[in-house]
Amino acid sequence: MNTMTYSKRLNDRKMDELRPIEAKVGVIERADGSAMFKIGNTWAYASVYGPRNLYPKFMQDPQSGILRVNYNMMPFSGSGERVRPGANRRAKEISMVSEKALLPVLDLKEFPNSVVDVFIELPQTEAGSRCAGICAASMALADAGLNMKDLVAAVSVGRVDDKLLVDLDYSEEAYEDGPVADIPIAMMPQSGKITLLQMDGEVTKEDLRKAIGMGKEACGRIYEVMKKALKEKYEVQ
Amino acid sequence: MYNELRSHVLKLLKADTRLDGRRATEYREPIKVEQGIICTAEGSARVTIGGTQVMVGVKLEIGEPFPDRPDEGTIMVGAELLPLSNPDFELGPPSIQAVELARVVDRGIRESKAVDFKSLCIEPGEKVWLVIIDICPINDAGNLFDASALAALAALKNTRFPKVEDGKISYKEKTNKGMKVVKDPVSVTVCKVGDALIVDPLTEEEKIIDARLTVASTADGTLCALQKGGSMPLSVEDVEKMVAIGISKGKELRVALER
Repeated sequence: MNTMTYSKRLNDRKMDELRPIEAKVGVIERADGSAMFKIGNTWAYASVYGPRNLYPKFMQDPQSGILRVNYNMMPFSGSGERVRPGANRRAKEISMVSEKALLPVLDLKEFPNSVVDVFIELPQTEAGSRCAGICAASMALADAGLNMKDLVAAVSVGRVDDKLLVDLDYSEEAYEDGPVADIPIAMMPQSGKITLLQMDGEVTKEDLRKAIGMGKEACGRIYEVMKKALKEKYEVQ
Repeated sequence: MYNELRSHVLKLLKADTRLDGRRATEYREPIKVEQGIICTAEGSARVTIGGTQVMVGVKLEIGEPFPDRPDEGTIMVGAELLPLSNPDFELGPPSIQAVELARVVDRGIRESKAVDFKSLCIEPGEKVWLVIIDICPINDAGNLFDASALAALAALKNTRFPKVEDGKISYKEKTNKGMKVVKDPVSVTVCKVGDALIVDPLTEEEKIIDARLTVASTADGTLCALQKGGSMPLSVEDVEKMVAIGISKGKELRVALER
């Protein structure tokens, strides 16, 4: 029986403490909207192009514009070996769940037969890259001037040994002296509704409820950072 | 397709000016080189030339040497024209433009012998270092060639070897041993529009040029790689002029690297 407990985080953070965040809007001139979101060593860029014409034509929806999200890790962004360029199964899945995470805040009915493309690129990662990507993408969508009900904030919460905590880093995801659960969550901070939820590891349903509560609170803090970054770009000097 | 744009650019060039007010052989400002920006790479750099921004990361792997070069490691250059950086770039396998960009950057480094491949040998005939250089444009506002070549060189100079234990790389631990880069090959792409020669083209200018010549040279003015592009021919005199511009402008870019 393992008697060790994860009483103090390996990175000295408090249980509900996020890594330092840096957020900036309008970082890619050629894009219609763009943003950068850095949390600890995880660094995401997102650019938005569109609404623009969608080809091939059979993909067009005459009722509404569509959203297309692509998540990609740069070849040198992994902490180990080089990541082979191009879509792999993991990137495809993350692209898809990120798309679903962002779609509920958009209304693309005004743009039939068009597409809004979101490209998420990660130059550097250390856990929580899909969440950082979603935060960057949501700011980029707002920067592109699209109608949005809300922003989307995302963070991973989880369990390491007997503790629930927020924004796991690599050392915590890889913790071996006890069970770990990694739960990426994306939320619409104003309504508190969840737009992305994944989990791997093991956790009880009580702990899951508590972890989601912690995630909601953390998303609220991220939301403030995102709003501030957006206001900074559009502030009248 | 871009006839109006072309005649407009030509008219401006007659008065020695361009779409953004620059002279024909003037680079955009700022030219900025930032090294060591990515902690997951063994070496990295971000280069800004005007509105264009390119990131390059270097990853190191251990592999087997080529049978005919048992005591030499090697370099590999990859480029991905990320659709994030330009509305005209598409997802998918590397386009011919990406392949050309990677190969031209590769040749500048390889042929100048900027990296001594023998210094990448770990165990002759068995184990050598593979140096993988990946080019990722963040914002493509023109002239990816020169920005990428400069970023690749800066990233190489920033590269530190990771620790090796029992033949395996421990990527988390970097040693104090840096990559030895003995030459500074820098690329300058000179473009011909009508009778004029320009450097550092904007995206709009790239659409209407007749021909281009990328000139890679080292600090002592030795040429180490050339690549002609565009669909119109060049005269011998054109080439001579373009090479001269390439060498002299290369010196300016090298200053940015040392700043």
